[in-house]
Amino acid sequence: MVKHERVAAIVGVAESDLGIVPNKSVLQLQAKAAKLALDDAGFAKDDVDAIFTAGNWSWAPNMMLAEYLGIQPKYTDGTNIGGSSFESHVAHAAAGIRAGLFDVALITYGSTQRSNPYRPQETAVRLTDQFERPFGLPTPVGAYALAAMRHMHQYGTTSEQLAEVAVAARSWAAMNQKAMKREPISIQDVLDSRWICEPLHLLDCCLVTDGGGAVVVASAKAAENAKKPPVWILGHGETHTHNTITNMPDLTITGARESGQQAFRMAGITHDDLDVVEIYDSFTITVLLSLEALGFCKPGESGEFVSGGRTAPGGDFPMNTNGGGLSYCHPGMYGIFLLIEAARQLRGECGERQLQDAKLALVHGTGGVLSSSSTVILGRD
Amino acid sequence: MTVVPRPVLDGDSLKYWEGLRNEELWIQRCNDCHQHIFYPRSICPDCFSEEITWVQSGGTGKIYSFTVVHHAFGPFKEQLPFVVAIVELDEGVRMMTRLKAGSKNPSVEQRVKVIFERLDEELTLPYFEPV
Repeated sequence: MVKHERVAAIVGVAESDLGIVPNKSVLQLQAKAAKLALDDAGFAKDDVDAIFTAGNWSWAPNMMLAEYLGIQPKYTDGTNIGGSSFESHVAHAAAGIRAGLFDVALITYGSTQRSNPYRPQETAVRLTDQFERPFGLPTPVGAYALAAMRHMHQYGTTSEQLAEVAVAARSWAAMNQKAMKREPISIQDVLDSRWICEPLHLLDCCLVTDGGGAVVVASAKAAENAKKPPVWILGHGETHTHNTITNMPDLTITGARESGQQAFRMAGITHDDLDVVEIYDSFTITVLLSLEALGFCKPGESGEFVSGGRTAPGGDFPMNTNGGGLSYCHPGMYGIFLLIEAARQLRGECGERQLQDAKLALVHGTGGVLSSSSTVILGRD
Repeated sequence: MTVVPRPVLDGDSLKYWEGLRNEELWIQRCNDCHQHIFYPRSICPDCFSEEITWVQSGGTGKIYSFTVVHHAFGPFKEQLPFVVAIVELDEGVRMMTRLKAGSKNPSVEQRVKVIFERLDEELTLPYFEPV
């Protein structure tokens, strides 16, 4: 792989309405986000020749969505590996563009899980689910709690250290008008919130919101016609290590180790080159495990790494600058919003929370029960 | 009686669930690479051999991790709080389980042994309790 290959770029990003959005369907949310993202790029619907989406609202989300939007793509990818699907969509779009298969990809996501919660009452469990579901572990939070408990046992990680992640996210959210939760919280507030699954408290867990998002990826050639400067896709990597939490090889090591290494190698950069990181924060433990596996610190040292407000505004490791899934929004599969925020930081569009002169960003999604990992490294000219 | 999600027995799992009904914990071993295997399957995830043998587990092991659950869905709500654990059997494989109600102060690495929680005539679940 040629380093710093500028072949494909993010040229448009947008959210739909976020938060509590009653009376809108997942198709409406995605249509709104798609239109806004194409407007952001200065592209028309007919420029789109590849469709990417992930959801469980249809047996074939790509076909339902593309029909609704009036798009007949020449490339379609419905990879669904949970919340990190959209990092993989960006990676697959870059690969498809590199292969010369299409020029403009539209990636969308939408969920109404807040206003229309759908949790089917399971009466029968099939295939490999049958060895876990009868024990009643709530998914996904219980699985993340198992990982957190193991990490605490192995490394002495504390609830206070986990809480740092939630507190920092909230202080970023205070500077994001679109964030759902903006009032400041303290470490003590996190510790005082009720248990969900020990050792995770309520405030260790992401929000449950509605919302949608869209990202437009273009070939270098198509990007020349975009309204805004390109956010280049410089490196990417993905893997999944297991499906059920019991089969995670080591509860303290995620597949970010592999996806991160691959992305850094492809981009030809090192950790110190990065200006901002957006790391999926489904739960506070998700961030700690990701930081270690991505190599920002050694195994077991992530608790100390985030302490003292290091990832908060003004800290020397700006992370999750929109407030994250913990405080901004979390409509089920949050990964697309990491990409939206990274692109905006690199374009200098983030107003009060804008980082100075941000040139390189790392985006890392985690899906399932720490099952899938997908890393994207983005940079501007 | 609480109606928990019921396993749909298939070509992999039939013998496992039948064993539990008889208060026996059966796992598998690969005849070629000699690794133990759980959950049951038709091919070795280590060496891809199809020469798989059922073996009865000694039923002892240690807690790899656990969580005290305070928030659950559906039929499990009325059981709160309860402890779900991942147990590593002495044979080397891990399985999800529930610690017996009333197990005091569970801890990671604690030694445990299997008990058989009979829900009804059809379904027995493998729970564990501290040794």
